[in-house]
Amino acid sequence: MAADGGIATPNRLLFEGPEWDFEKIRRVYGAIEEIALGELGLDVYPNQVEVITSEQMLDAYASIGLPLMYRHWSFGKRFAREEALYRHGLQGLAYEIVINSSPCISYIMEENSMTMQALVIAHAAFGHNHFFKNNYLFRQWTDATGILDYLTFARDFVAHAEESHSAEAVERVLDAAHALMNHGVHRYDRPAKLNLEDERRRQEERRRHFESNYDDIWRTAIIGEQRDEEQEGQSREKRRAEIRRKLGLPEENLLYFLEKRAPRLEPWQRELVRIARHISQYFYPQKQTRLLNEGCATFCHYEIMTRLHEKGMISDGSFLEVLHSHTGVVSQPEFDDRRYNGINPYALGFAMMRDIKRICLEPEDEDREWFPDIAGNGDPYGTLRHAWANYRDESFVLQYLSPRLIREFRLFKVLDEESADALVVDAIHDERGYREIRRALARHYDLARHEPDIQIRDVDLEGDRCLVLSHAVHDGVLLDEPSAKAVLEQLGELWRYGIRLEEVDAATDRIVKSHELPARL
Amino acid sequence: MNIIDRRPNPKGKSLANRQRFIDRARGEVKKALVDALKRRKVGETDGGEKISIPNRGIAEPVFHRAAHGGRRDYVVPGNKKYVVGDRIERPPSGEGGGRGASNEDGGEQDAFEFVLSKEEFLNLFFEDLELPDLIKTRLKETEATQLTRAGYSVAGTPANLNLVRTMRNSLARRISLHRPRPHELAALERQIEAALAADDAESAGQSKLELEHLQRRARRVGFIDPVDVRYNRFDRVPKPNTQAVMFCLMDVSGSMTEAMKDLAKRFFLLLHVFLTRRYKQVDIVFIRHTSNAQEVDEETFFHSRETGGTIVSTALEEMMRVVRARYSPDNWNIYAAQASDGDNYTEDSDRCSQLLGGEILPLSQYFAYIEVGAEATLRHGFPSPPTDLWRTYSQIAEQHRNFAMRKVADQTQIFPVFHELFAKQREHA
Repeated sequence: MAADGGIATPNRLLFEGPEWDFEKIRRVYGAIEEIALGELGLDVYPNQVEVITSEQMLDAYASIGLPLMYRHWSFGKRFAREEALYRHGLQGLAYEIVINSSPCISYIMEENSMTMQALVIAHAAFGHNHFFKNNYLFRQWTDATGILDYLTFARDFVAHAEESHSAEAVERVLDAAHALMNHGVHRYDRPAKLNLEDERRRQEERRRHFESNYDDIWRTAIIGEQRDEEQEGQSREKRRAEIRRKLGLPEENLLYFLEKRAPRLEPWQRELVRIARHISQYFYPQKQTRLLNEGCATFCHYEIMTRLHEKGMISDGSFLEVLHSHTGVVSQPEFDDRRYNGINPYALGFAMMRDIKRICLEPEDEDREWFPDIAGNGDPYGTLRHAWANYRDESFVLQYLSPRLIREFRLFKVLDEESADALVVDAIHDERGYREIRRALARHYDLARHEPDIQIRDVDLEGDRCLVLSHAVHDGVLLDEPSAKAVLEQLGELWRYGIRLEEVDAATDRIVKSHELPARL
Repeated sequence: MNIIDRRPNPKGKSLANRQRFIDRARGEVKKALVDALKRRKVGETDGGEKISIPNRGIAEPVFHRAAHGGRRDYVVPGNKKYVVGDRIERPPSGEGGGRGASNEDGGEQDAFEFVLSKEEFLNLFFEDLELPDLIKTRLKETEATQLTRAGYSVAGTPANLNLVRTMRNSLARRISLHRPRPHELAALERQIEAALAADDAESAGQSKLELEHLQRRARRVGFIDPVDVRYNRFDRVPKPNTQAVMFCLMDVSGSMTEAMKDLAKRFFLLLHVFLTRRYKQVDIVFIRHTSNAQEVDEETFFHSRETGGTIVSTALEEMMRVVRARYSPDNWNIYAAQASDGDNYTEDSDRCSQLLGGEILPLSQYFAYIEVGAEATLRHGFPSPPTDLWRTYSQIAEQHRNFAMRKVADQTQIFPVFHELFAKQREHA
């Protein structure tokens, strides 16, 4: 072996050169594990690292990052798009995909250099993995041990349904369900854990139940039945309130309502809706914790790779490669930069976590004032583990965004009012602006703020079964009309009767706008 | 930790989904293909095609907030000069100075861009077209043959000896005939030696006898016997012609405008792409003519101007010259496409029909004539008198099934005309 540039200590390098092999990966994994568990105090699911080719990585992209998925054209579309971008060099592939399951599966690409494999293992197999296992949203909402089984069930069910009812029929239901997926989550009550056996049994029961029963509520309601308005006006209103109560309205989980109550769905169609709903629910925590999750993984890989280098286990060259890739990931173009595309969750997440570490170890007066409970507590990793476990993006920003970071990012807030002819700068990085900026930025991470709040408000059982939805309009921002119409079409595919979507101003309770879809008979 | 090597797993997990997507977008994809074709050169068919289709039909709508209206705020990084109260002009796109974390609202793209593989491209494009099912012009066409493996034979040249088969047979025979194995003989020899060393003459003699018996047997049952030997057998199978040559003939005299040439180019291009689908190798020969003809490269063919009269027969003669020189009909499938505005030197008509009917058509698989730039006909709504060339060729078309002629007035007709020529259910087929 060549001389080690005069280093006196014995050669502790885990690997040299860019080539990787399984032995090296095992060795590096061991060293990373030691740091991750021993020094950072991470707590992870068992790991499974899978080596794949770039083509397989594209496949994985296409099925929204899940290792198995039912068939649907939209995944083909995603694949085609990713492939086009990749082939034309407009976009590199992600270095890794990690799946929230137990064991936690991380995909690494064969094209990566050994250094990149190490980085990916630190990032995904420890950073993301720890986050999945410990964050309260994931613990409450997803079941890491059950997801793979459930996906297998879903895939088989869809394939089976295609055989018995034609691929087109299945596609119509799935298209509709996909359009409503964002509104297929329970936001407040915790879902029961998925259990494959239960799912199968339940599906079987549903089938048998359907065969032996009709739902009386639906059977007795006759469309267009004429009644004497005068006489029955009052009691009718009462009955409707009663029905609303029975149906659990208002309901914000549209897919759940459709699955349970849509009058003209066959059992297998209900099951498809349910599958879409479950998958949506599975991703719900991820949508709320992008900043935290990526920040956590990025912070972990940075700390771990730095420690590996400090311990002399990776060479200077490797470490430079790590830094090169790392800085690429956490770069934040400014708003007037052509590359600007919103705030980079890797950049902000990583910066905030580094900042927390700094506040814990070397606080300044300002930090003591803003973060009295953690400033100088000397336990950065413990503090971060607490943040990773108990926050989502919105609350994390609201709690931990420091004035110093606001200055570093030079954040400013712009107000855009329809009536005004120009945007107005509302707050900048100064004493008066810190809290306002922090509050506003946190609101941007609040899912309820950027996914429209749509609920099923009423259904006219005694009349034409018209389904009434309402969109709570905040700050006068209405729904995008073309897409709203298209989604209503899809909703009509499942409901089959008339639908009315009212946009109701949340402040005044006034109906601002209304979209209608006639019944399909 | 587990490491699993998934690389050997089957690829193309997404193929089924991809196929579904293309099926769904079929109409739009085909339209986009026609556009994509306009950008191609005639000879260019390698690789797939990047196409872009509108989002209709393949949109995945979700409820999202409108991009405009109401009151909204953005938090953005990189403030350099603004202080509270500054006014910023509204960017025309309405994108604001960026949209903070809410850029998911943006949802849909206007156009969807992706790459079709070459195969997908061709299949989609020529979905319902087929090369005309012509009576083979000559039997010679199948004369070329190639060797293909066809099992084993007991006779053959040493070069074709199949060692594995031979040794397998040999082994089977040796086992069934109980040929003694070398180690058995060696063991006996050792026994004899041991017996001799122990002065046990009797058992040594016995062993010797046994050894001789076995040696005799080994001599009789050969290691390899002629009956073991197997050779790879090859059959000669007629090889279909997999190469084609396509002749592009065009009038480049002054009366042909750039627009007409462009029309012709599109037609040539379609034909070429179409042929590459059937044949492994497609050569293209460009022949331009005025009052005389010459073979040129593509650039010159489409872009240089010549002046002079128009004598079509010169081009046909030139084509025959090239055929004789380089493209023997025995080995090549000959296709030709001619584009012209229909002008011809009146005295040349006889010569043309003679050449075409007598020499070229019997050799060719297919000859297509398109007359470009017949705008006048359409504009006035009544047929203008047919051109000289059209009249001449009309007679030929009646006699020869592998000759077809159409008029093309503008770009939009190119594909329909092409389609008409090659549609699977041709009326007279």
